[in-house]
Amino acid sequence: MTDAVVHGHESSTGISNVKLGMWAFLGSECLLFGGLISTYMLYRGRVTGGPRPAQIFDIPFTSVSSFVLLMSSLTMVLAVSAAHKNEDRKTNLWLTVTALLGATFVGGQVYEFTAFYNEGLGFSTSLFGSSFYTLTGFHGVHVTVGIIMLMALVGIFKRSEVPGKKAEVVEMIGLYWHFVDVIWIIIFTLVYLIPV
Amino acid sequence: MTTETAHDAVNAENHGMSNAGYIRIAAILAAITALEVSTVYIDFGPFFLPALLIMMAVKFIMVVSYFMHLKFDNKMFSFMFYAGLILAVGVYAAFLATFKFFIQ
Repeated sequence: MTDAVVHGHESSTGISNVKLGMWAFLGSECLLFGGLISTYMLYRGRVTGGPRPAQIFDIPFTSVSSFVLLMSSLTMVLAVSAAHKNEDRKTNLWLTVTALLGATFVGGQVYEFTAFYNEGLGFSTSLFGSSFYTLTGFHGVHVTVGIIMLMALVGIFKRSEVPGKKAEVVEMIGLYWHFVDVIWIIIFTLVYLIPV
Repeated sequence: MTTETAHDAVNAENHGMSNAGYIRIAAILAAITALEVSTVYIDFGPFFLPALLIMMAVKFIMVVSYFMHLKFDNKMFSFMFYAGLILAVGVYAAFLATFKFFIQ
């Protein structure tokens, strides 16, 4: 059995199977988030019995959170770059910084959800509340999964037990992380910046 | 040529960009985000919505093309991703149109 078959990286087309699978997964994730975003857009004006988006959104706070997540994409791409150069220490450093920036974003989201709840917006208060918490909550879960993957990768690297090519493993997690970032780019504009 | 610069050159050859290039892209993304946020405080009149949507699309394409390397990678990856994206946009645009979202 060849090395390529053992690791499942190369296909007869010369394209990495792992990478092709990841892109197919990300393409399918577009459909998931498309559904959640569309539902929010449809229900964002249905606020019977609860606060309106403009009454509770804190744009400066969310802008800082968005900036933090955007910069985590930079640190992630620097980690991928370092992994391709076989610079293990730099790779671990940038992966850790990315995880910390991601944790800062999730912490901000938890704070935001708590503040909204205290201002009267529960999950079942209105259709706006339900669709808002579902959309941003799903995104937050994706970021959290990304943080877990990043920290697991740092731990695995320290034990030097990386299956397959190290750089490719970092690149795959990087693709997932950047996808989470591009979804937030859309959510930030459509949910927070465009008024109802 | 220092080792770092040589590494950057090899990296740029394999993945399209150097670290300095990534930092430049991040700076542009940060500037666009600042511009997006400014639309909340400055009256852009009828250009408000188109400007926001264009800036969102530019940021999306920049991250996907440069940070995710789609611009430099095999076209099959672009097909896999954009097929899903275009399908999602088409399906949900039809969904929203069914509920008369665009004529409210």
